[in-house]
Amino acid sequence: MKQITIDPITRLEGHGKIEIFLKDDGDVENVYFQVPELRGFEKFLEGRCVEEASQIVTKICGVCPGCHHMASGKAADAVYGVEPPPTAKKIRELFYMAHFIHSHIAHFYALAAPDFVVGPTAPAGERNVLGLIAKVGVEIGTEVLKQRRIAQEIQALLAGHQTHNVLVIPGGVRKGLTEEQRADIEEKSKGFVEFSKFSLKLFEDVVLGNKEYVDIILNGPYSLKIHSMGLVDANNKVNFYDGKVRVVDTEGKELCKYTENEYREYIAERVEPWSYLKFPYLKKIGWKGFVDGLDSGVYHATPLSRLNAADGMATPLAQKEYEKMYETLGGKPVHATLAMHWARLIELLYCAERSLELVTDPDITGKELRVPLNNKPDEGIGIVEAQRGTLTHHYWTDEKGIITKANIIVGTTNNNAAICMSLKKAAQGLIKKGVEVTDGILNMIEMAFRAYDPCFSCATHRLPGDMPLVINFRDKDGKVIRTVKRD
Amino acid sequence: MSYEPTIVAFLCNWCSYTGADLAGTSRMKYASNVRIIRVMCSGRVDPTFVLSAFKEGADGVLICGCHPGDCHYHEGNYKCLRRYHLLQKYFQQMGLDKDRLRLEWISASEGRQFAELVDSYTETVKNLGPCKMKQVIETLT
Amino acid sequence: MAKEEKPKIKMAVYWGAACGGCCVSVLDVHEKLFDVVAAADLVFWPIALDIKYKDVEAMPDGDIDLTLYNGAVRNSENERLAKLLRQKSKILVAYGSCAHMGGIPGLANFSTREELFERIYDTTESTENPDNIRPQPEYKVPEGVLELPEFYNDVRTLNQVVDVDYYLPGCPPQTERLVEVFMAIVTGAELPSKGSVVGALDKSQCDECPREKSDKKLVKRFYRPFEIEDDGKTCFLEQGVICLGPATRGGCGVRCIEGNAPCRGCYGPPPDVPDPGAKMMSAIATMIDENDPEAIEKVIDTIDDPAGTFYRFSLPGSILRRKIT
Ligand code: SF4
Ligand code: SF4
Ligand code: SF4
Ligand code: FES
Repeated sequence: MKQITIDPITRLEGHGKIEIFLKDDGDVENVYFQVPELRGFEKFLEGRCVEEASQIVTKICGVCPGCHHMASGKAADAVYGVEPPPTAKKIRELFYMAHFIHSHIAHFYALAAPDFVVGPTAPAGERNVLGLIAKVGVEIGTEVLKQRRIAQEIQALLAGHQTHNVLVIPGGVRKGLTEEQRADIEEKSKGFVEFSKFSLKLFEDVVLGNKEYVDIILNGPYSLKIHSMGLVDANNKVNFYDGKVRVVDTEGKELCKYTENEYREYIAERVEPWSYLKFPYLKKIGWKGFVDGLDSGVYHATPLSRLNAADGMATPLAQKEYEKMYETLGGKPVHATLAMHWARLIELLYCAERSLELVTDPDITGKELRVPLNNKPDEGIGIVEAQRGTLTHHYWTDEKGIITKANIIVGTTNNNAAICMSLKKAAQGLIKKGVEVTDGILNMIEMAFRAYDPCFSCATHRLPGDMPLVINFRDKDGKVIRTVKRD
Repeated sequence: MSYEPTIVAFLCNWCSYTGADLAGTSRMKYASNVRIIRVMCSGRVDPTFVLSAFKEGADGVLICGCHPGDCHYHEGNYKCLRRYHLLQKYFQQMGLDKDRLRLEWISASEGRQFAELVDSYTETVKNLGPCKMKQVIETLT
Repeated sequence: MAKEEKPKIKMAVYWGAACGGCCVSVLDVHEKLFDVVAAADLVFWPIALDIKYKDVEAMPDGDIDLTLYNGAVRNSENERLAKLLRQKSKILVAYGSCAHMGGIPGLANFSTREELFERIYDTTESTENPDNIRPQPEYKVPEGVLELPEFYNDVRTLNQVVDVDYYLPGCPPQTERLVEVFMAIVTGAELPSKGSVVGALDKSQCDECPREKSDKKLVKRFYRPFEIEDDGKTCFLEQGVICLGPATRGGCGVRCIEGNAPCRGCYGPPPDVPDPGAKMMSAIATMIDENDPEAIEKVIDTIDDPAGTFYRFSLPGSILRRKIT
């Protein structure tokens, strides 16, 4: 049997490795997606002060530190049995929207778009942001970098440190917003709305306007029928900061809807000897193996699953785009893995609109930033929707608020089984007897993976990264394959 | 299991070192496990010195200074006392028994007390068994 | 506008046991990306570029001018790549707190590998693992053998594994500091002596900190950040809240302080301080306004988790390096 190894998987946030086993005749026998890393935050949070956790766990992932910061902050609120005042809650959510915007821009333009705009089988040296910029023009490229920078700046303003945030404190936030800062963020949020609309338009022109790509999305080997998870508000609209976790099955029927305190009744994690990353599944169904379909316990927690799991978007423009996507792709739920990129852009628009809503809310400049902690600390759970899936932090403390135990189920971890299966499908569809395994084909297999925007930093409380930049590449003989210049 | 512990003793110049010297010149017998390091004042014993001693293979560290109120530099021994308690708390988190570190006041005339202290502390450290710190650091993978 | 053709340097960025934040900090050059790209060819950067390990192995020794290695060394893959990149690079920089001192992943040195595995793969409340399965460095599946890096018992800093030329501290390093160092290298400016910390100040955080401080830092007890009504102006230590400013190098732009949070030391110790925690313990001891042993113990009782606080980013790089069991 032949074995193909892709190592490391590139343009993803974190370490990962794909092993493809071929049969003697050249067809694919099996595919394993392995996460080679573990850092063990659950263990070394023990002994730490619970209010420090929100700053320690950001280092689970430097790409989505804000998600861990939020989930940890909510868990610490719960440990002390308090609810932050409205101003604090809204500041947290405003920060969170900037965090999503930065990450979604980075993912779409740096990680995902090169595959579409430059082309899935384009030479490796061009399949990157720079290749993308060469295609769409420096002006757009600059705008992308600028919008992402603005999102980072808003995070730094609200949370001290743009990467490893220090915004939350049990019971509230450490810093408020002045009117001047508010007005500034309002302007910037308007810019985000425009930029999100532009991005959707770009997607429409470049991807949807290309029959070949639409065909790849809908009929390529990129479809997986599994259940969909996402956080929803009281009206079953997509929410990232607060709400209940809802899971709909492969047909779109609600399987469950649970609050943070109930997560253990619904989710369990499995261990495999060939990966450091665990495999969560729906506990009520049970682990049925790496299989898709209605009876499987496997689910995903991604932009697409969130849209599948909700009844719509809470903001008007995003809602319109939501309807359009399902119309175009033939109704809910959608199982085309690559539609995740579209869903991600719809979420981007929602975040921009939501940011504008929050920053124009009179509460946002309120002075009440924290409530006192009068209860004895004990145990608390915080759930938010991270860019890469539903994120759960659960802490137990002693009476001084020192963590005695911690459990974390990270966004990307939710998708571990789904990623394995998507990769296998893609490989089986693309590698056939008699077909030469080119670099382009291997990249198209990685595309299945990239759609999940997996962040294995996170996943194992391990590692990741964000994006790329790049420019001229050399092949392994040191020869320059391509140079991108600003002319 | 019988082993001979290695104890590093930091003695302040003005009182404790003189006290130890007295024990020597008076030919008092005491355990030979201590390696004495003279410092100007117990307040001069930086926590770094203590940690380095363990890294280099000490099984116990003894710090001696002037009695409260008698420090040549007024406050040095109080500073040392505060560090000592903090270090002990840190030690426990690092898996080191807090008795691996001992602070005592020895005046210039307390030669006998010094000899007795060394004997009894040597006994204490003996009972704790060898300190694994050095070995653990050397075999880190 | 076309740039004049100067020979570009070859640059690599790699992550070991890292969070990705260091890679993000490189990306945070934002629009200056074009300048970076004009001056350097990125020859290896897994997060961004489709270049695989085998391509790096094929490069001649010393072919890469500058490698930024971020992340700690926690498993055999991190170690292998650290050694490989050392061999292929002229200048190897330990980039970020993890590579510099062990960083947050280094807190794992409070436990053993087995304790970690037991918690993650067994006792975590959502894990169902009745057969006691553990990830294996080599595992036979029906189709063949799958390999995983060996997970080590200890987290190490980069210089505990390979020779390091420079240290660029921070979690992550402030991007402006990176750009300064980068520009110095590409313009061929004279570099500091090998082993230097670059991209940071020789002064401490306190020198940079805008909070008001008097000379008299004396406290009768310490407080957790949520126990005080922070006035946003007074030095944290003077308010009785532990802040690692005195034991930490400046250079980050006092970011956490700007967010009204005390410093946790990611920039590492100032020059000539071998152990940041020891330095902090000294500083704290000076502040305790008690002389009686019992009273002192009471004050120290109010310092929760000294090891995890004073060595938040530096446990593997500290003198004692790990908890013994
Ligand atoms: S130094 Fe900080 S930002 Fe860099 S990899 Fe380590 S945890 Fe992440
Ligand atoms: S101790 Fe902290 S708050 Fe005080 S001056 Fe130093 S850095 Fe600023
Ligand atoms: S304030 Fe301290 S912990 Fe925060 S970024 Fe600066 S050096 Fe790091
Ligand atoms: S001089 Fe003896 S303790 Fe200070």
